Amino acid sequence: MNPYRRSLFVKVMTFLVYFFLYAPIIVLITYSFNASRTNIVFAGFITQFGPLQMSGTTVVQSPCGPFHWFCELAKNREVMNAARNTLTIAFTSTISATVIGTMAALALQRYNFRLKAFSELSLYIPIVIPEIVMGIGILTLFSQLFTFFNNVLNLTGSARLGMGLATVIVSHITFSIPFVTMVVRARLQGFDKSFEEAAMDLGANELVTFWRVTLPMLMPGVLSGALMAFTLSLDDFVITFFTNGPGSTTLPIYVFGLLRKIITPQVNALSTVWILVVFTVVLALQWLQGRESRSQKAWK
Amino acid sequence: MLQKLRENQNIQGLILILPTLLFMVGLLIIPLILTTVVSFGRRSADGGVIYTFTLDNYARLFGYSTTCTNGAASCFDPLYVDITVRSFWLALETTVLVILLAYPLAYFIARSTPKRRTTFLFMVLVPLWTNFVIRVYAWMMILRTQGVLNGLLGAFAGLFHIPFTPFDMLYTPGAVLVGMVYEFLPFMILPIYTSLEKIDNSLYEAAADLGANPLRTIFRVTLPLSMPGVVAGTILVFIPVMGTFIVSDILGGQKVMLVGNLIQRQFLDARDPTFGSAASLILMVMTLIVTYFYTRKFGFGEEIIAV
Repeated sequence: MNPYRRSLFVKVMTFLVYFFLYAPIIVLITYSFNASRTNIVFAGFITQFGPLQMSGTTVVQSPCGPFHWFCELAKNREVMNAARNTLTIAFTSTISATVIGTMAALALQRYNFRLKAFSELSLYIPIVIPEIVMGIGILTLFSQLFTFFNNVLNLTGSARLGMGLATVIVSHITFSIPFVTMVVRARLQGFDKSFEEAAMDLGANELVTFWRVTLPMLMPGVLSGALMAFTLSLDDFVITFFTNGPGSTTLPIYVFGLLRKIITPQVNALSTVWILVVFTVVLALQWLQGRESRSQKAWK
Repeated sequence: MLQKLRENQNIQGLILILPTLLFMVGLLIIPLILTTVVSFGRRSADGGVIYTFTLDNYARLFGYSTTCTNGAASCFDPLYVDITVRSFWLALETTVLVILLAYPLAYFIARSTPKRRTTFLFMVLVPLWTNFVIRVYAWMMILRTQGVLNGLLGAFAGLFHIPFTPFDMLYTPGAVLVGMVYEFLPFMILPIYTSLEKIDNSLYEAAADLGANPLRTIFRVTLPLSMPGVVAGTILVFIPVMGTFIVSDILGGQKVMLVGNLIQRQFLDARDPTFGSAASLILMVMTLIVTYFYTRKFGFGEEIIAV
């Protein structure tokens, strides 16, 4: 019997679902070349360079031609700030959460200690409670703490404590840790301990064994955990929404703010850039991973 | 002393888990306790919290009202009960629709050649990498009265000379449902695929040998064996839908009020953190109950990390 047999119904459904998944993205990208200032109707692609008649009556100088909205985007300082914040938060929280989460995975998989059951339970919390509950919890904690310290220490002006990059970063670390731990633990479960024993027999101490044997073998798990933490952080809206402050706006928060006002095709240009960047990064990672597994096969 | 540390499993384990515990206790458990305490408090005039013990917030959520139109001292106001029921119902509708759409696709991928599987899975993930908010925005452009869908329908009607007036799709409950389904579809496809992929082909062969037709095989072999994936997917879809406020805010035009919107407004516009805390605790308890019974009945395994 052919294991790859699929009925016509399954094929048609698959096609429709893929269409459903991609149609909005195609619309999104198409509109980023829209020759209209208000992004309500598609007024055709921008075709010429130089002075440009936008629908409406204004004439716009467009040295970038079809990429007019991308140039406008690059000039938009709010967007650039938000992009910088988003990346700062994502990188800092990913690195921290990956280290902490890997440590936790080692502890839970290899050691018996007091508080083990409690630790396991606490790692499930971010998965089973809605994000908004976590978001407002952290908001309440920080706002109460900050009010308290501002009053006690009599802080004024810019010295006053408030929400900002730091509060967003620690929140992102918190929701990323459980996912890193889960992925690394899964990798540890299929782990052949004899390699480590061999290293110890050959005279390596625990630290050397860890650096030279355990960690390299765990690396694929650690990296996919890190990738997961990174995408979670980039994509996060809810927790950031409640924990950000003036000056720590991220791209999702910035876009959300725009959606309630007038939207120009700049938002679409931003989305197009976003999709392209993430797509390229992930393809590159896949290629690297593929190359690594191929070289491992050759080595064997 | 170093020797002692080397041999002490307990201390080594504790050192490794300590940073995790700091974050989990400091930024999850303490905030949850604080939320509980605040939910029993009262709102101060400037939107702060007065710490007392009152059940007023919960009473309000369950419909107890002191501002009645008929002049009575207290009456039943279904406003918040309605919001809760609506959120629950929407989460249920979304989950069912998502399962119906995700299952055939996951099945298709699981029964592709191993080489093609990677590509098809990759194609599921790409939409997920465009940002959540950006995806909502895309639907805004599609569903708008002068938007893409009405444009296409108009062009189609024009071909057959049928008179067509664009109709309002954005800012309706239907738009919210479509948005939710779109946002969470990939979270269902991946776990279902993971559990389908594990099913050994010999089981299908055995079913066929024993005379089961394809339909019977689906219902007696495929579906039961893929239940862990469906359960994991349901948890990944149901819980976030219950608490989301962006989709309803943007696609519902602030006309579709869900628990998430209620909570968000208490913290930002209405400035009543005590009432918002009570609402979020109710939300948490509801999702925990659903998760508990659902996983106890079916159980879920490693499928939950498939995403």
